[in-house]
Amino acid sequence: MRVSLFITCYNDTLFPATGKSVVRVLERLGHTVEFPPAQTCCGQMHWNTGYQAEALPLLQRFVDQFREAEAVVVPSSSCVAMMRDHYPKMAAELDDDRLTEDVEALLPKVFEFSEFLTRRLGLEDVGAYYPHRVTYHASCHGLRSLSLGDGPLRLLKAVRGIDLVALDRVEQCCGFGGTFAIKNAAVSSAMLEEKISAVRDTKADTCTACDNSCLMHLQGALHRQHTGVKTLHLAEILAGDQEVQG
Amino acid sequence: MSAGPLDPTTAPTFPIAAKAAMEDSQLRKNVRHATDVIQAKRTRVVDEMPDWQGLREAGKQIREHTMRHLDFYLELFEMNCTRAGGVVHWARDAAEARRIVVGLVRASGSDEVIKIKSMTTEEIQLNPALEAAGIHPYETDLAELIIQLGQDQPSHIVVPALHKNREQIREIFQRTMHLPELGDRPQDLADAARLFLREKFLRVKTGVSGANFLIAETGGVCVVESEGNGRMCLTLPETLITVAGIDKVLPRYQDLEVMLQLLPRSATGERMNPYNSIWTGVDPEDGPRVFHVVLMDNARTEILADDEARQTLNCIRCGACQNACPVYRQTGGHAYGSVYAGPIGAILTPQLQEMHHAQSLPYASSLCGACYEVCPVKINIPEVLIHLRNKVVVQNTSGIAGLFDLEAVAMKAMAAIFRSERRFRAAQRLGRIAETPLVRKDEQGQGWISWLPGMLGGWSQTRDLQEMPKETFRDWWEKRSGHENE
Repeated sequence: MRVSLFITCYNDTLFPATGKSVVRVLERLGHTVEFPPAQTCCGQMHWNTGYQAEALPLLQRFVDQFREAEAVVVPSSSCVAMMRDHYPKMAAELDDDRLTEDVEALLPKVFEFSEFLTRRLGLEDVGAYYPHRVTYHASCHGLRSLSLGDGPLRLLKAVRGIDLVALDRVEQCCGFGGTFAIKNAAVSSAMLEEKISAVRDTKADTCTACDNSCLMHLQGALHRQHTGVKTLHLAEILAGDQEVQG
Repeated sequence: MSAGPLDPTTAPTFPIAAKAAMEDSQLRKNVRHATDVIQAKRTRVVDEMPDWQGLREAGKQIREHTMRHLDFYLELFEMNCTRAGGVVHWARDAAEARRIVVGLVRASGSDEVIKIKSMTTEEIQLNPALEAAGIHPYETDLAELIIQLGQDQPSHIVVPALHKNREQIREIFQRTMHLPELGDRPQDLADAARLFLREKFLRVKTGVSGANFLIAETGGVCVVESEGNGRMCLTLPETLITVAGIDKVLPRYQDLEVMLQLLPRSATGERMNPYNSIWTGVDPEDGPRVFHVVLMDNARTEILADDEARQTLNCIRCGACQNACPVYRQTGGHAYGSVYAGPIGAILTPQLQEMHHAQSLPYASSLCGACYEVCPVKINIPEVLIHLRNKVVVQNTSGIAGLFDLEAVAMKAMAAIFRSERRFRAAQRLGRIAETPLVRKDEQGQGWISWLPGMLGGWSQTRDLQEMPKETFRDWWEKRSGHENE
C-alpha cells in the first residue's frame, strides 16, 4: 500500500525518531511511505486553546496535502482525534461545500499508527523484538476519541522478548492537556505525580504510549526525578528487530 | 475552608484557588477516597445494564427535545401545576428568585424554614438572603447540615460534604450540637443528626426544596434522595416552596422511566434512589396546603440561545463527571469558586455569569474526556469547553487589547508559522538556536532544559525538557530520499 505519513509538527521537530520508526515498520511490512513536504500542523493546539480563527486555515492545508492519499498514517492519537472530532465542524463553519466533501472523503483514510496496523492491516505481530520491561499508558484521546481499546496492547504482546506489565489507573490522564500543563501547572503536576508513581510501581524500564505529547510530559518528570525510566513511542518499540537489538 | 458563599464574581482564578486547595493534604485524601468509592459503585451498576448506551442516547434525546421546545413545555407545566392547585412564579434572575421566596416565607407566617438539599438555592445564595430577612433556614440533608453547621461550602453537586471525613464531621457535630461524648461510628453521627433534625421537622411549618424534574404533562415535581429527610420536608410543612431552574422540565411522566434509571446509577451508584417523591399541586387530605413553584431563568435562556453550548442545559446534576475528573480529584470542588464544581461547573458557571466572570474555568481541564464518557445524557463537555475557550479568546483579544496579550501574540505567530513550509522550517532552526543557552548536559551527555522563562516556567517547575534533536524528521527524510535518488 501507498502510505502517506503525516508526522505532525511536534514529532517532526522534537521526536524525529518516532517518524523514522514508523517508516521502518511500514517498509518492513512491504508498504511504500510518502511524505508530503508542505505539511505542518493539524491545528490542535490553536483549536483546543480557543484560537479557532487561527486553526481554520490549517484544515485546508491538511486537505490539500493529503487529498490524493491512499491512506494517511499519523503517529499521534491526539492529532487524529482533533481531525475526527473537529474537522467536519470546522469545514461546516467555513461554509465551504468543497472542503466539507473533501474532509468527508479524507477522514476515513486517516489512521493513528497503531490503529492502522490493527484495524486497517489486521496485524498484531509486526516482527518486533524488544527485550525490556515495558508499561503502556493509554493516552486519553486514543482511549476515548479513537476507542483504540486493547489494540496497542495486542501489538505489544506480540513483541518478542518483551516483559509487558500493566499500569495502575491506566486510563487516568497524565495531566498534559497541551496548554493546560502551563496554565494550570500545579494541578497538571499533581496529576503527573500520580502517573509517575504508578509507572515507578511497575518497575518497568520503558514507558510507552501512542502519543509523544503525553510521553514528553512523563519523560519530563521521570528525568527530573532521576528514575532512569525512558519513554518511547509505540512505533519505536515496534521498529526494534533482532538484527538491530540482538 | 471557611469564607463566605462561593461567588464566581469575586472568586480567585482557578489556577490560584487550585494551588491553595492542593496544600490541604487531608482534603485531597478525602476527595480521592470518596470519588474512588463512588466511581467503583457506579461502574458496578452501570456495567450490569445491557442497554446503558441506549439509555444514555434516550436521555440525551429527551433533554435535547425538551430544550428545543422549552417555552412550550414550561407553559404546559405552569398550566398543569396551576390546575392541580400549585402557584407558579417566574424569576428572571437570582435576585428576583430570592425576593419571591423571602416574600412567600413571610406570607406563610413562619420565621424558619426546613430545606431539602438543593443546588439551585445554593446557586442563588438563598440562605444568606433568608437570614438577612430574619428567617432561619435549617438544612436537613445530612451533608448540607454538615456544611451549614461547619460554616462551610458545598464542594460536590451530589455529595456536598465529600471533602470532609468522618472524624471531621464528628468534630463539627460535637462542637455545634454540644455533644462532647459523641462517638465516631456512622450510626453515632446519623443518630445525632436524626435527633437534631426531628425536632425541626415537627416544629417548622414551611419547607423549601429544589427539584430534580418538573413534569410538564402533569404539573408534577420530582425529588430523589437517599435519606428520607427530603420526604419529611415535602410532607410535614403547611407551606412548600420549590425553586427550580427552567432547565429542569421534562415533557412526559414516562420520561422518568429513562431519567430515574440514569440518575441514581450515575450519581450514587445505586440502582434506584431509596426515596423518589413525586407530588402534583396540593391535596386537601394530605401534605402541604400551599404549594409554590419558582421557575428561575438566571442566564439559562442565554445558554439556550448559544446552539453550541446549549447541551450544558441537558445536565441532570448527577455529579458523575466530578467523580471521574482527574482535575477535580486533585483540587476538590471549592477551587472552582462556584457551587457547581468539576467539569460541569467549568462549563456551567462561566455561562451563568454570561461569560463575564469565571473565565479561567473553561481552561481548568486537560480535555481528557473522562467526563463525557460517564455523562448519562452525553453532554460533550470537552467540546463545550473548547467553544467557551474560543469565546474567552475573542472577548479578551479583540481590538487593541489583543496586541498586548502575550499569549495571543505567540499563538498568532505560531499560526503564521504553520501556514508556510518555509516559515515552519525556519522556526525549527530558530528554536534550536534559541534554546541553546538553556541546555545543560546530563551524566549520559544528553542535553536537558530545567528552567524556562515567563509563562513557560510552569512547565519547568516539575518537568525537564529534552533538547531539540539536531535533525528534524523532514531533514532526515530529505537526506534519505536524496541518497535513494542518486
